[in-house]
Amino acid sequence: MTVKNKEPYQQAYYPPVPTGFTKYMRTSIVYQLYRFLVINYKMIKLMVKSHNTG
Amino acid sequence: MARIVILGAGVAGHAAVREFGKSIGAEHKVIVVTPNEKWNWIPSNIWVGVGEMTAEQVTFDLAPVYEKLGVEYCQAKCTAIHPEGGAAGDTPYVSVEYTGTNNSGETGTVEYDYLINCTGPKLNFGATEGLGPEGFSASVCTAQHATEANIWLQETISAMKNGEKKSFVVGTGHGMCTCQGAAFEYIYNIDHTLRKAGVRDKATLTWISNEYELGDFGMGGVHISRGGYVTNGKVFAESLMVERDIQWITRAHVNKVEKNTIHYENLDGEFGKLEFDFSMLIPPFAGVGLKAIDKAGEDITEKLFAPNNFLKVDADYTPRPFEEWSAADWPKHYQNPLYNNIFAAGIAFAPPHPISKPMKSPNGTPISPTPPRTGMPSANIGKAVAMSIMDMINGAENPTHTASMAEIGAACVASTGKGLFTGTAATMTVFPIVPDFEKYPEYGRDMSLTFGEVGLAGHWMKHALHYMFLHQAQIKPGWKLIPD
Repeated sequence: MTVKNKEPYQQAYYPPVPTGFTKYMRTSIVYQLYRFLVINYKMIKLMVKSHNTG
Repeated sequence: MARIVILGAGVAGHAAVREFGKSIGAEHKVIVVTPNEKWNWIPSNIWVGVGEMTAEQVTFDLAPVYEKLGVEYCQAKCTAIHPEGGAAGDTPYVSVEYTGTNNSGETGTVEYDYLINCTGPKLNFGATEGLGPEGFSASVCTAQHATEANIWLQETISAMKNGEKKSFVVGTGHGMCTCQGAAFEYIYNIDHTLRKAGVRDKATLTWISNEYELGDFGMGGVHISRGGYVTNGKVFAESLMVERDIQWITRAHVNKVEKNTIHYENLDGEFGKLEFDFSMLIPPFAGVGLKAIDKAGEDITEKLFAPNNFLKVDADYTPRPFEEWSAADWPKHYQNPLYNNIFAAGIAFAPPHPISKPMKSPNGTPISPTPPRTGMPSANIGKAVAMSIMDMINGAENPTHTASMAEIGAACVASTGKGLFTGTAATMTVFPIVPDFEKYPEYGRDMSLTFGEVGLAGHWMKHALHYMFLHQAQIKPGWKLIPD
């Protein structure tokens, strides 16, 4: 079977695509538990600042 | 005793009701006028739309909740506001048409001292020929719509299991839509569902929207710090699409939907069409079309409402070019400038202008998102208005609490697939929602409070929010501890 070159200059050619490691980390339980805490902290900061407007 | 009438029981209306329920006192009366029998946690509708939840899981009956709060429930739709009263007296009132099973179609009036318009949007499917569940595309804007979308989706999946190839098109159904986030979540949840069903290889998924670039979301896009760079959200939105083999068309105004064909015009003025087997397109929003009548019976709708039927508030509506827009244009108190006892919260208030830069095709067709006011900002506004009214009842001359969209942030957790250990979501926060280039000259936003990431933690967050906000909205034990 002939291998065809992948077509360049298409829509999907430019954006960053996550590596296997990045994809793994997105569903790694330990790392995501840590991110869950971080996201909660960031959201609380956002809410506190949003509720302090008057 | 003061009578406070709240029109609508969505996110903003319910936030206001809860705030009154906390501290207004039994000597005052709060009345909610809403045509709906049930409350809907709209952010979870996308899971109903892929069969991961049922309509019952995202809705509940309003009557028992209002009973708990001591709030009067008037199941009716408001048709007109009479801010100066009428022939019978000077007390302002609203005209209503009842929608309950016992009195459907009957009319009446409800007097008020303070009025909050939280009527949300009219889902304006009529703006595009053939758009919506009564036409040829699905919707996830209501629990019922999402249920119907799932039936169509499952039929399509069944056909794919029998070997058929299918095309899916998801996005916005008009050049002036907002709420791209719901469609954004839905296309990823369709992708996730198709993969779980083992038929993703038989599907072509295409995104179509009125955004200039992916990731605009009606907020003019967003910059976040990531990987040692400050990068535009467009890069991340495109990355999500490429990772899932989804194609996209942006800068598009869908002008007609036919059975299996979407017609659109782009910003270059070119016309195109897309074939589909399944499509979900968000409609544009408009105000619900309330009338305003003065004491003499004259129609003063144009004085109270903007042309798009949203209520005018304390915004600066002076038309200006994009370059001169300012954070100061945005309303702080949401009080009507003509009648100081009328307020609007959530989608019902008229924004001074969009956030994204307005664009037009060479044919004169506007193709750019209108500003989002759903979710967190709606709740913040509803709460601020309720607190101001309580202070005014207690003697304050003017509203005391503010919730300008140029001073508050928003968090959006966009599901990209449901599953306790396999799900993911894109978590995004922006502060403020409306960029303020005076305070934050570089990007218009506080970069320490503006971030985005994809992962399982986001899914847990979205799932937790589903249960947390339904718990809060149903006034279950400890509801006061849950922040808006």
